[in-house]
Amino acid sequence: MPGSIDLIIWFLGTAFELTFVVCSLARKSFLRYFFLNLYLLLSMTVSIGRFFILWSSGQGSDQYMYFYFYSDALLTVALFVALISLYSHVLGELRAGEYVKWGAVFLLLGTAGFSYAVVAQSATRLSTSFAYELSQNLYFVGLVLTYILWGAVLKLRETRTRPVQIILSLGLYFSGYAASYALANFSGKHGIIQYICPALGCFLPLSWSLTMLRYTEESRLVPAQLLAVPR
Amino acid sequence: MMMAALIFVASLATLWMFFVSYCRSLMASSSRHPLSAEVRDVTGIRTVASAGDYRRVTQLLQLCPDRQEDRTGLQAVSIYHSFLTATRQMFAWIVPSLRSWAEHEQAGCAYFAAVALDRRIAHNREMLAQQDNF
Repeated sequence: MPGSIDLIIWFLGTAFELTFVVCSLARKSFLRYFFLNLYLLLSMTVSIGRFFILWSSGQGSDQYMYFYFYSDALLTVALFVALISLYSHVLGELRAGEYVKWGAVFLLLGTAGFSYAVVAQSATRLSTSFAYELSQNLYFVGLVLTYILWGAVLKLRETRTRPVQIILSLGLYFSGYAASYALANFSGKHGIIQYICPALGCFLPLSWSLTMLRYTEESRLVPAQLLAVPR
Repeated sequence: MMMAALIFVASLATLWMFFVSYCRSLMASSSRHPLSAEVRDVTGIRTVASAGDYRRVTQLLQLCPDRQEDRTGLQAVSIYHSFLTATRQMFAWIVPSLRSWAEHEQAGCAYFAAVALDRRIAHNREMLAQQDNF
């Protein structure tokens, strides 16, 4: 069974996910950020499902392992879709919706194809390895896409506070996740490193909820103030 | 191992960039908020804050009853301020322009904290007025 720190992180993460959905409903922004809400609702359902399977079958069981890897792949695809929906928000005025949609489909299929090619040699547990590989590769693609989206935000001088902060939170989440993943490769999942990824999972819905609470859709900021090094 | 090191360095660089921009976006929301005469008097900030004002303003913030709305924003900016102090102390001798950049950023942190102080005072006044009405 997981320890008390794992349980606290699990509870906080699920509570923050629920908070974001409630905040967007209260602020009448549920449909505007539909895919973000969908991702967090899905994540909440998966968290509860994982908890019940863990409770009934134990951490070392096959049921838990399969559920963990397949649900993780599903969540990563949902996060990818949420990220693409942010592209539509930012590039909406350029009427580039169709290009974004097709680009996203090709990228998703390309990543899935690449992941399959990597795990195709492994005869045992092909589908589980594929789900794991797809998740990892989509996280990397997500980081690159968020970086490009941030470039587009600066280039197009996006002034809406909400999308800007949502994208920045996503960038922090992806970068932190990639850094902790690389760190775990160095030293193994010992000590504090094992809590970094779940804690980052709490950060994303928390910062999105705060953005939803603090700012309205009309809130604006000056794009030049966002640059790390003023030009 | 080499690949993991490369990913680690690249992700730390993007993490730093996103963190700076995130904190700047928090501070940008209060940069156009004019300070009240009382807060200007008590903090000593006239129109533009300086890097040295931050410590004094946070001490004043601790004296004022907490307001839940700005707690997380202040924590994020506090981490950013500590990070800037460390950056200034460690790298300013290698890249001298880093010192003025960090000081400029720390002045922004001080102004953000002063605006939070202003809001706390106004909030507490409002609460007192409501209590008096009862």
